[in-house]
Amino acid sequence: MSENEKAGYFGPYGGQFVPETLMSALAQLDREYHAAMADESFLAEFDRCLREIAGRPSEMYFARRLTENLGGAKVYLKREDMNHTGAHKINNTLGQALLTLRMGKKRVIAETGAGQHGVATATAAAVFGLECDVYMGTEDIRRQALNVFRMELLGARVVPVTTGQRTLKDACNEAMRDWMGSVEHTHYILGSVVGPAPFPEMVREFQCCIGRESREQMLQIEGRLPDTIVACIGGGSNAAGIFVPMINDDVEMIGVEAGGRSMGLGDHAASLVAGEPGVLHGARSYVLQDSDGQTAEVHSVSAGLDYPGVGPEHAYWKDTGRVGYTTCSDDDALDAVVALSRAEGIIPALESAHAVAEAMKIAPKMKPEQILLINLSGRGDKDCNEIADILKRRKK
Amino acid sequence: MNNLRDNRLVKTFAGLRTAGKKALMPFLTAGYPDLETTAALLKDFEARGVRIVELGIPFSDPIADGPTIQASYTDALDGGVSSEKIFEMVRSYRSTSLTAGRSGDGSLALVAMVSYSIVFKHGVEPYLADAVDAGFDGIIIPDLPLEEASELEPLTSSAGLANVMLIAPTTPPERRLEIARHSHGFIYYISIAGITGERARLPEESIRAVAELRTHTDTPVCIGFGVSNAETVAHVCEVADGAIVGSAIIHRITDAKDAPRDELVKKVGEFVGELLKSII
Repeated sequence: MSENEKAGYFGPYGGQFVPETLMSALAQLDREYHAAMADESFLAEFDRCLREIAGRPSEMYFARRLTENLGGAKVYLKREDMNHTGAHKINNTLGQALLTLRMGKKRVIAETGAGQHGVATATAAAVFGLECDVYMGTEDIRRQALNVFRMELLGARVVPVTTGQRTLKDACNEAMRDWMGSVEHTHYILGSVVGPAPFPEMVREFQCCIGRESREQMLQIEGRLPDTIVACIGGGSNAAGIFVPMINDDVEMIGVEAGGRSMGLGDHAASLVAGEPGVLHGARSYVLQDSDGQTAEVHSVSAGLDYPGVGPEHAYWKDTGRVGYTTCSDDDALDAVVALSRAEGIIPALESAHAVAEAMKIAPKMKPEQILLINLSGRGDKDCNEIADILKRRKK
Repeated sequence: MNNLRDNRLVKTFAGLRTAGKKALMPFLTAGYPDLETTAALLKDFEARGVRIVELGIPFSDPIADGPTIQASYTDALDGGVSSEKIFEMVRSYRSTSLTAGRSGDGSLALVAMVSYSIVFKHGVEPYLADAVDAGFDGIIIPDLPLEEASELEPLTSSAGLANVMLIAPTTPPERRLEIARHSHGFIYYISIAGITGERARLPEESIRAVAELRTHTDTPVCIGFGVSNAETVAHVCEVADGAIVGSAIIHRITDAKDAPRDELVKKVGEFVGELLKSII
């Protein structure tokens, strides 16, 4: 297929399906991004930021008690939850903030679901003295009150979004609308491997520190790579970040989407497992939509996975079979939060708990000498109110 | 192979140019507040002397649209509107208008404004065929820029549909000419870097840019985004071949939404009548 050679495409997925108004900004971003990645001093500065601000490298942790409880493969956790601001999101926002400076822009905007990307953007904006507006659906503002406060404390403005389902997709629309009118002095720090090119590739590259470190740490600790890696998927940035540096190795990879309440349309956010090829937010990928092309409603207990699309590179990996994709229900994710908290003293984010739940399912079926690596993409402090409410409802 | 010689949109602009006239192009959200009202508005506009109407196909996630049009899209979708039903309405507008009393004769040039998300889901070729079959003359896919449109252009032309492309204030000069070469029917010049919505005045830069663009192309150039009253319509038409008015019309529909249909049509029609006066 000729599209394989097209820049900004992953097989037939990706592209730039955006209004003409944004095309010159994407061209500028593409130029600056590629120049920056070939510039030693940019890479050195990015590296310094990852070390000194994000606190990298993050730990590779052997989950001894969880392993014993599950009675199968050795389970390791890549501790992205230990990063400054509590998730992998900071890796990307530091990279894009540096690019913002390079482009001479003074303001950044972002969309956020769970608030982790919003907090990470607000943090990078504070570090570099950039003006920052974060778009967030009012349903997520309700679910993630702590992160709203953190963003404001960091000097960002949180702009409530009241259109659509008032969650991540709608925040993304609103950020794009802002960008349409502010593109000449504002950079849009997209939070995942979605959107028009070059975002999917760029965000993946800024997240690849996760996989590069994991590779090295695994070789150091175990003398070999893991048999299987599990990561949760909303847009798919933490998964892409841990997968790509081992994509050519003999490592099984599993992406876990939000299975929500049920697998009926509207009850989940599993674009890869249950969606079809479509176009959303500037890229061709798998999308949850109705037969007329209208974006479907989605649901997940986790605000960060509550999104009807997914990164185009994941769509490509699904079609080629390189990565296996599955789902985890709201209930199983909650059980995994409790299980990991009690077994290891680690409260995972609801997003990351989807990966933990899948690992808990497959580890017992693996041999004791096998290694299962979970990308623990974020910590669960932000979710405590939501989890408490749900657990209370469950008891009744 | 150009099948556009007999295209109604192309012929309408050719006729206007010969007569030394400009086009007022009202935008309607198809199915807002319902498809019967949209059909009634088409006939009313036509009777008042409008020649071209842009029909927005409602989409759940229109990122180029401001709050007014967004809300009308959401409302229309909540009412169950789909591409299929809109095509049906256009088909019946084309076929039954002859019988209507005071109405026009069903010969408006109709341009669909539709997201690529919708077109891709239906399949590009079937969608274009259905649009032509229903009676559309042109199509604007605002989220399909030059780079992605190469496969679409031959398909629209062979279907007999004019593929209208957009130029933004942020479009670099050489790219403007490239887009102009690939745009059929007319060229849609976006007056403001931003989303749709009413503006008190338009940037003079855009007016100058359109004057400049017209020296490079024979394809008509129309200005949209922010054009919201008789004054801006007149101003835009000093240099452009036409003015596209969207949010200002939709907001008047919203204001009259709860009134009986006849009253809504009359109110909105009168506003369009006022705008028409400014270009005569």
